[in-house]
Amino acid sequence: MRYKTVYEDCDILVVGGGMGGCGAAFEARHWGRDLRIVVAEKANIDRSGAVAQGLYAINCYMGMRWGENQPEDHVRYARNDLMGMVREDLAYDMARHVDSAVHKFEEWGLPIMRDPETGRYQREGKWQIMIHGESYKPIVAEAARKSADKIYNRIMVTHLLMDENHPNRIGGAIGFNVRTGDLHVFRAKAVIVGAGGASHIFKPRSVGEGMGRTWYAPWSSASAYALPIMAGAKMTQMENRIVLCRFKDGYGPVGAYFLHLKTYTQNAYGEEYESKWYEHTKEMVGEYIDHHPTPTCLRNHAFLMEVAAGRGPIHMVTTEAFQDPHKETVGWENFLGMTVGQAVVWASQDIDPKYINPELTTSEPYVMGSHATCSGAWASGPEDISPDEYFWGYNRMMTVEGLFGAGDALGGTAHAFSSGSFTEGRLAAKAAVKFVRDHARDPVKVSDEQIERRRREIYKPLEHYEIYRNEIVAGTVSPHYILPIHGLQRLEKIMDEYVGGISVNYMTNEPLLKMGLEKLRILQEDLEKVGAEDLHQLQRAWELKHRVIASECVTQHTLFRQETRWPGYYYRGDYMKLDDENWHVLTVSRRDPESGEWTLEKAPVYHLID
Amino acid sequence: MPTFVYMTRCDGCGHCVDICPSDIMHIDPTYRRALNIEPNMCWECYSCVKACPQNAIDCRGYADFAPLGHSVRVRREEEKGTISWKIRFRDGREKTFVSPITTKPWGQAIERLADLPPPSEEEVNSQQLCFEPEALKIEGGLPTISKDKFKQGVYY
Repeated sequence: MRYKTVYEDCDILVVGGGMGGCGAAFEARHWGRDLRIVVAEKANIDRSGAVAQGLYAINCYMGMRWGENQPEDHVRYARNDLMGMVREDLAYDMARHVDSAVHKFEEWGLPIMRDPETGRYQREGKWQIMIHGESYKPIVAEAARKSADKIYNRIMVTHLLMDENHPNRIGGAIGFNVRTGDLHVFRAKAVIVGAGGASHIFKPRSVGEGMGRTWYAPWSSASAYALPIMAGAKMTQMENRIVLCRFKDGYGPVGAYFLHLKTYTQNAYGEEYESKWYEHTKEMVGEYIDHHPTPTCLRNHAFLMEVAAGRGPIHMVTTEAFQDPHKETVGWENFLGMTVGQAVVWASQDIDPKYINPELTTSEPYVMGSHATCSGAWASGPEDISPDEYFWGYNRMMTVEGLFGAGDALGGTAHAFSSGSFTEGRLAAKAAVKFVRDHARDPVKVSDEQIERRRREIYKPLEHYEIYRNEIVAGTVSPHYILPIHGLQRLEKIMDEYVGGISVNYMTNEPLLKMGLEKLRILQEDLEKVGAEDLHQLQRAWELKHRVIASECVTQHTLFRQETRWPGYYYRGDYMKLDDENWHVLTVSRRDPESGEWTLEKAPVYHLID
Repeated sequence: MPTFVYMTRCDGCGHCVDICPSDIMHIDPTYRRALNIEPNMCWECYSCVKACPQNAIDCRGYADFAPLGHSVRVRREEEKGTISWKIRFRDGREKTFVSPITTKPWGQAIERLADLPPPSEEEVNSQQLCFEPEALKIEGGLPTISKDKFKQGVYY
């Protein structure tokens, strides 16, 4: 093998340098002054993760200093939006700390808009504050860089490594450098997974040149889930995929439009439509439709029903608000700050929202853990507030010892967004430092055999391609391998058609899910024969493998929950109603790393009592 | 709008290769200049456009749904702390916007935690994070709640 092996022995390894990972690297330094703290990032931390492009709002800020909201209020908001189910201990814990993170961002130079009358942060809505956040990520990355001992950019982490001295304990991580091809072995006493959630597991609406214009970044390749799953960690609420109602084609955000600019939606004939579907929705979900604010999925549901009834497209009425030049500027800068592509779509189609009410659409589903959804790993809460079932020693530690999570990787913590993900990274880091100190005399062992086994797996797509490439004249069609893009498109088609994507109007059922699982199993067999012609394609091959493992988990969870909890996100045709009697629970899964067998169980939901 | 690179402006410096979150900006081995090797994995995040010292990178809207004849140009200036945009519609109309990107001199405002006094044992064993409780800017310290407030069941 022409690639060398680079070893890094550290105390805390952070996998993924997005908002969660940067928060972890920053905080770990404070509590672990003498520890070696290392970050491994797939791209470049200055522009990586979901915030790479920037943001125009911070969607999670309490404003406790001005008495605006308390952590309990945020818990009530998040659980209501997710139809009753979040990890309320984790949500409370994030919410009580998040303001301090936002205040640091402002000190570091992030321009936060102020209300000229009150002098407080300019609110977009009850939870959102408005920022000029084009450089949000580079600013936060600088904080991480000044804290970590070393940042490794361009490392695709493929697997976590296990400690061989203790059962079920983490030993580090392994991956390769996508530029040099070198194998990177990180032996670590604690690992914090801050990797990204999953775009491109369901077929996107745009499948040509524009397939990269997904709502969530195309580089969010489900490593947040695949890495813990492959290590045997338990996962929760993986069925709770999210569908976004956004401006058509560019998926430009609607938050500022609804909340700040006070634009509103109507059908193709200029009619309000949400109230029409009230009785119908009540039949499905009962009194949840009466909650305020209306849960995101139920608003999606009304949108979908109205379009299915033949009265689409749905438009956002902007022509009134955009007569105000200030609001017009906010409307455009909103896109330029975080979704430039929407500005390009409108420029190319001569859509000036001052004169034309733009179309909205519902996106393909995404699996992630920091927006209006909460898929991720089953993790311990903080010792001072968590119920016994939710606490096992270290805050944000998964069910594998020494393995922590933040951001998309953490399950049950909806509505964390950028600031909350950063905060979760901080919480995980403080706990990880404690874990390292408590186990200081207890070294981890990662054998050469374990490393060698992973090394062979990691480079296999390159070797496989090399062996069979010259069997064919040229081109992409081989009887012995598929390319990463082929596998990705097969995955997207399976998930779309069997697990509730756009082409079936988000509908699935038990027979479909079981067929989907079988097809995913065969896809995984074929991925043993994925071919990579270079290091870039090797990265794509591993991203695909991560996506497929996460998809299997999503499908298992969707099969397990026999109800339609989130109409508008997906429907179980065989159980079309919300069922609180049997399913007011969190779903928890584990994949046995040896056998690949899944077990699923119900875990209790604890609610904060008023 | 996947990105593309103008042949006469690119000098092959590789800034775009270093920054691209999707690993799709590469140097062409023949021309020694940058190119987008995988336009369908481009999020149009503009990281490469902003990073290019030669203004050699631009975007052309995705062919699936964006007609030709538009442009969205950007100039990001760290020393000024601003970002400037010019949007040109297919029909020729233009809109321009300028926003701040930072309020502090670039790269100087963030402290090194290693230079601060180390935390006390009491802080280590508390629920506080770094700079808390001061950074919360509230009276009474970090909020907490009794474990008894969490109950199982279908009510709230």
